[in-house]
Amino acid sequence: MARYVVNRLAQAIMLLVIVSGIGFAILHLAPGGPLSQFAVSGQMTQEDLDRVTRQLGLDRPLPIQYLDWFGRMVGGDWGKSYRDGEPVLSVISSHLGATLELMATATIIAVLLGCWIGILGALRRYSLFDTLATVGAMIALSIPTFWFGLVTIYVFSVKLGWLPAGNRHTIGDGSFLDLLHHLIAPAVVLALVETAMWGRFMRSSMLEVINQDYIRTARAKGMPEWRILTVHALRNALLPMITVAGLQFPTLLGGALVAETVFTWPGMGRLFLDSIGYRDYPVVMGILMFSATMVLIGSLLADILYAVVDPRIRVG
Amino acid sequence: MADDTGKFGVGAGHLGIPNRRQFFQLGAGAAAGWTLSSSALAQTERPTAPPDKPRGQVIAALSQEPTVFHPLMPGIEVDLGIWWQVFSPLWYIDPDGKFVPDLAREVPTLENGGLSADGLTWKIKLRSDVKWHDGTPFTAEDVKFSIELINNPGFRARSRVGHSLVKDITVVAPDEIHWRMEAPYSPYMSILASFTFIVPKHILEKVSDPNASPFHNAPVGTGPFRWGERVPGDHIQLNAHTGYHGKGPYLERVVFKYIPDLTVLYTQFRTGQVDYTGLQGILPNFVQEAKTLKGRKIFVSSTSSVEHIAPNLDFGPFTDRAVREALYLGINKQAIIDALYYGLPTQTESFVPQQAWSFQQGLPQHKYDPAKANALLDAAGWVRGSSGIREKGGVKLEFANSTTAGSAVREQCQQLLIQDWRAIGAAMRVNNMPAAVIWGDFWQQSKFNSVIVGVNFMLGSDPDVTPRFGSGAIPAKGGRGYNTYQYQSAEADRLLSQGAQQFDLAQRKATYGELQKLIRNDLAILPLFQGFIAEGIKEGLQGFRPNINMSINSWNMREWYWA
Repeated sequence: MARYVVNRLAQAIMLLVIVSGIGFAILHLAPGGPLSQFAVSGQMTQEDLDRVTRQLGLDRPLPIQYLDWFGRMVGGDWGKSYRDGEPVLSVISSHLGATLELMATATIIAVLLGCWIGILGALRRYSLFDTLATVGAMIALSIPTFWFGLVTIYVFSVKLGWLPAGNRHTIGDGSFLDLLHHLIAPAVVLALVETAMWGRFMRSSMLEVINQDYIRTARAKGMPEWRILTVHALRNALLPMITVAGLQFPTLLGGALVAETVFTWPGMGRLFLDSIGYRDYPVVMGILMFSATMVLIGSLLADILYAVVDPRIRVG
Repeated sequence: MADDTGKFGVGAGHLGIPNRRQFFQLGAGAAAGWTLSSSALAQTERPTAPPDKPRGQVIAALSQEPTVFHPLMPGIEVDLGIWWQVFSPLWYIDPDGKFVPDLAREVPTLENGGLSADGLTWKIKLRSDVKWHDGTPFTAEDVKFSIELINNPGFRARSRVGHSLVKDITVVAPDEIHWRMEAPYSPYMSILASFTFIVPKHILEKVSDPNASPFHNAPVGTGPFRWGERVPGDHIQLNAHTGYHGKGPYLERVVFKYIPDLTVLYTQFRTGQVDYTGLQGILPNFVQEAKTLKGRKIFVSSTSSVEHIAPNLDFGPFTDRAVREALYLGINKQAIIDALYYGLPTQTESFVPQQAWSFQQGLPQHKYDPAKANALLDAAGWVRGSSGIREKGGVKLEFANSTTAGSAVREQCQQLLIQDWRAIGAAMRVNNMPAAVIWGDFWQQSKFNSVIVGVNFMLGSDPDVTPRFGSGAIPAKGGRGYNTYQYQSAEADRLLSQGAQQFDLAQRKATYGELQKLIRNDLAILPLFQGFIAEGIKEGLQGFRPNINMSINSWNMREWYWA
């Protein structure tokens, strides 16, 4: 088992190095730069722009810039944001809480609701509920998050006035209830696609399990249905969901990017979008590395957990 | 005129403002004389007096996040919204175009001896009752330090235009400072007023790296509001500085809320979550609806920006003036303004805002005349080919037009231009790019054919456009400036040099009037309209005064209060 973990860890580190190289190259080779925002609106001449470019070290050859950045990053210095001069790790951490809050709430909604819909759909296959759940999931997967967010705002904020149109909390009010009030709409919007996915995966997994011989045997032995469901079926049906959970991070992060923009939620997704727009190289690279690490950790944990519950994986 | 829902018109009587002559005899009076009076620009109702002490808060929404808080470093317009609250300049420009002393006791003039007759010696008398937010007294040493910091080679200064001419700075007394200019440069008065904020010597002299220090994220100034807190990606809170040396502040705090999407920004204004929609304001398509909202007031005001088509004058067909004129005649400008901008902006023919003292009246007015455009091209030898596109000497009359990708209205404008110009045998194709791409080398190094762009050509409020139209300001040819049009004219160079050394209003007005005629005649740019911004405030919020001399209308939040 230890060897398996070490192997997977080494693969993950290699992957991170490759991601950093490709990410750095793509970002820096894309036209435009961090100073272009000043070119049209400010009072900076080309000479000023050139001077600042030199001062930031952006005139050096790209490989040198990469090696410099990589060396410092490994040493724990992720650089400073070009926009506000703050250390990248501090910039990321200042946005991380908001995103985790949103993602965690959306995940809880999606897991609970999705699993419930999936289980019920599997147990009542081809019933009206199952049909509605299938159609609903298809619609949810097809709806653009941006559009759904705007519709939610229009209905629940503009028309009904039940929910705030955005922001993480009312300025000057940091109460839990206020936070919760602001969290409902973005979390539900973000959870929509996740719920549909969890529902579909859960339904398939459950269907596979309840058609197994041991379930039929349990029924034949006269075991109560609730016991068959909770002890035998659900436990085994949830196993493949470990992988689903491990791979949900990128999807969630992508969804959060949109939801955060629509609901003015000060999280990582919006920071990433802003930073790309400003070509804030250190922050973009920081978020890229952070996200890649999170994705790899999620995937690694899923693999390890799976290996723990199913030893065949370790030798497979 | 201005009302709470209408746009500001072009006022009459440009030279009728009292003290104008007096002001411009000061020398370097480049900014005086915007045509609108402050009363006209101010809100129409002022039912109550400001409170005795700061009360309440204002949440101001911005579509870009302010991130640069050192006011001498490279920043964008939204950063100015913070700088104006936290810092103070020596003097500022009010909506009437008058210089108003701030940290200075009086604006230096020839009459009060602040300026020497040759414009080379400046003597500034300063207030002695000003304190930094940490309680330290403000002195002439701070002014000296600020100018020297800008000229420090190791400092990432935004711009050294004007400042680099300052030599021999002498602190005569804690409240008086003198310096000598290497050459007379009248726009410097405006540069000092519009975007030169004074920073604290006692804090910044101690930092080892002038480009990075705690000050950058917790600035200390002499302005009406002191730094409160910043939640990155969300908001910035500033609290009232009760020891402020000027009028106000009347609000306990102001909160700058960052809302990147303009539709969402408007929705939050509509649902009452924000009190004021700052940059970039309300989208034109929402303005009519916004005017009907209860408890909200909408202001549509002109800005100094001029929306125009920028031709690359070194690019094939555009080198021919006849082509530029034909293209200009072929634009149905009014249709663009009415259909895409809901009739909000006004047409213009100059790079100078129509409200400025330096604006040249009587420039040839644009007329949509495709027949004349066709005749002009025929006469110039541009012959229609079988595809309907004209060509001359093997050069086809076809070109690309670029603008910021995702700028929906400009992209629609491009579609109208394609149709307009196809009718005169010119083929335009669209080549849009993200902002970070188009305004980089593509724009700076004149790699475009043509671009739709809004530019504020003014230096603060001064019409000196040497960096925009001077022959030595073409970056693609190694020049220092942003003459990306690649406009070259010996006559323009002469006028620009002359204007920057003149200190008399009448002379300057004549010089820059000639320059506007020249640029209009040469069609160095194809102007579409003068920029505008639609902003909303909640009813009861008093003191909002749009100021065309500033890049941001939240310049005077110290005067804002709730009725």
